[in-house]
Amino acid sequence: MKREIPILLVGISGFIMFLQYFVPTDWSEELFKYSQDWVIVIGILAMPLGIWSLIRANVAKLKVPDERFYSAVLLAGFLAMVLTGLSRQSLEMGSIHMDLFTYLLIPIQATIFSLLAFFIASAAYRAFRARSVLATILLVTAFLVMLRFIPLGPFSTGNLSAVAWILSVPNMAANRAIMMGIGLGATATAIKIILGIERTYMGHD
Amino acid sequence: MTFLEKMMQIDRRWIYLAIGLAVIIPTIKSFNVPVTVSPEVRKIYDFVSKLKPGEYVFVCVDYDPTSMAELNPMTIAIVNQAFAGDLKVIFVTLSQFGPGMVEQITSELAEKHHKTRGQDYVFLGYRPYPAITIMALGVDFRVPFPLDYYGTPLDSLPMMSGIKNFSDVKGVIEITSGNTADFWLIYGNGRYGFPLALGITGVMSSNYYQYLQSGQLFGIIPGVKGAAEYERLVGFPGEGMEQMAYQVIAHSVIILFIILSNVAYFATGRKKSGLGGGAR
Repeated sequence: MKREIPILLVGISGFIMFLQYFVPTDWSEELFKYSQDWVIVIGILAMPLGIWSLIRANVAKLKVPDERFYSAVLLAGFLAMVLTGLSRQSLEMGSIHMDLFTYLLIPIQATIFSLLAFFIASAAYRAFRARSVLATILLVTAFLVMLRFIPLGPFSTGNLSAVAWILSVPNMAANRAIMMGIGLGATATAIKIILGIERTYMGHD
Repeated sequence: MTFLEKMMQIDRRWIYLAIGLAVIIPTIKSFNVPVTVSPEVRKIYDFVSKLKPGEYVFVCVDYDPTSMAELNPMTIAIVNQAFAGDLKVIFVTLSQFGPGMVEQITSELAEKHHKTRGQDYVFLGYRPYPAITIMALGVDFRVPFPLDYYGTPLDSLPMMSGIKNFSDVKGVIEITSGNTADFWLIYGNGRYGFPLALGITGVMSSNYYQYLQSGQLFGIIPGVKGAAEYERLVGFPGEGMEQMAYQVIAHSVIILFIILSNVAYFATGRKKSGLGGGAR
């Protein structure tokens, strides 16, 4: 019963939501609204679990000398954002919570992400080399598309039609093939879950 | 060892140094870069500019500070255009850091255009689970957001009177750095059929141009270049235009390195350049 009941619940829920999606009536809209409430409730219940897990893991790391500092920073940051963000007023500009967001979080995230430019430059130097026919095609294509997305005057505007063709014909064909593969795979997996054939989401015991 | 042979084995730190210097140059001496407007960007501008005062547009801000340098300029340009045209704007975010981004933009631009929260614009807030939230918004904005971000019931906001779901807005503009664009395409445009446009990072562009041809999107603003194009159309030059100088210099350096790499590769007879060749 430990496995049968969850499989039954998933199967019934999946089948009802499948019907609901393709039957646009008042009844199905009400059902959809009701299911939204359930999802929100489940999501809210999952959040304290995640917070508890995060705190527990990092409190344990406080006892490990090499990891102590990072865990302390994480816990301090977590507490600071939670405590300063408790009131409605804290959501508006000028509050401590928003100042922490603007002057701490934004520069940290922007700095880390900006490092990507250096890695991309290094990777481009090594990867874009005409080693073979396919590599040459990749090199020429990437070159044309890159020129299109930077403002280099005639270099950017002179190849508009070529880039438009690359993006809307071979690029689209490849992307559609991939998307259709993903779609069919997702549909097959969903059907297997609804029918109780695919059970790995429940873990093993 | 010749210069070209050395180039084949160049230490990656020299490349980092070159890029670092390249992005510093415009901070010392900036310069204007002419920007040509592309058709996919102009379509979004034309769509918004044809809306009449008082009509509703839905703006979804689905990015976080990591990509704000690229996406903030386009959001600001679109909101500038919407506020200048007296359109009503409904904001929402499906990114966990989105609320801070929206709050920054709306507080600054509302003051600039003398707009009032609740009358001229509404920020619904943030919800997780993008697919479910988009489908719920399509039923009624009040299903996922009974209150706005600031805790005011939607029914008590003058702007939301008589506004139920996507059928009451003229179009949706999604500005994103992640896969929420797919959710808006599948569950938003696919299910509810509203006009949809995207503002995306440069690296995402090639994945979404296909939807222009299929008609699922009516426009795309690709990366900071697209943002600069939009700023030029709107007439509010901002960070997008400023960043063009950095874009030109940094990309020119990358292009030079690629050319140099290939020249070195062929000049050295490809002999020492297996897959392990190149920068260390």
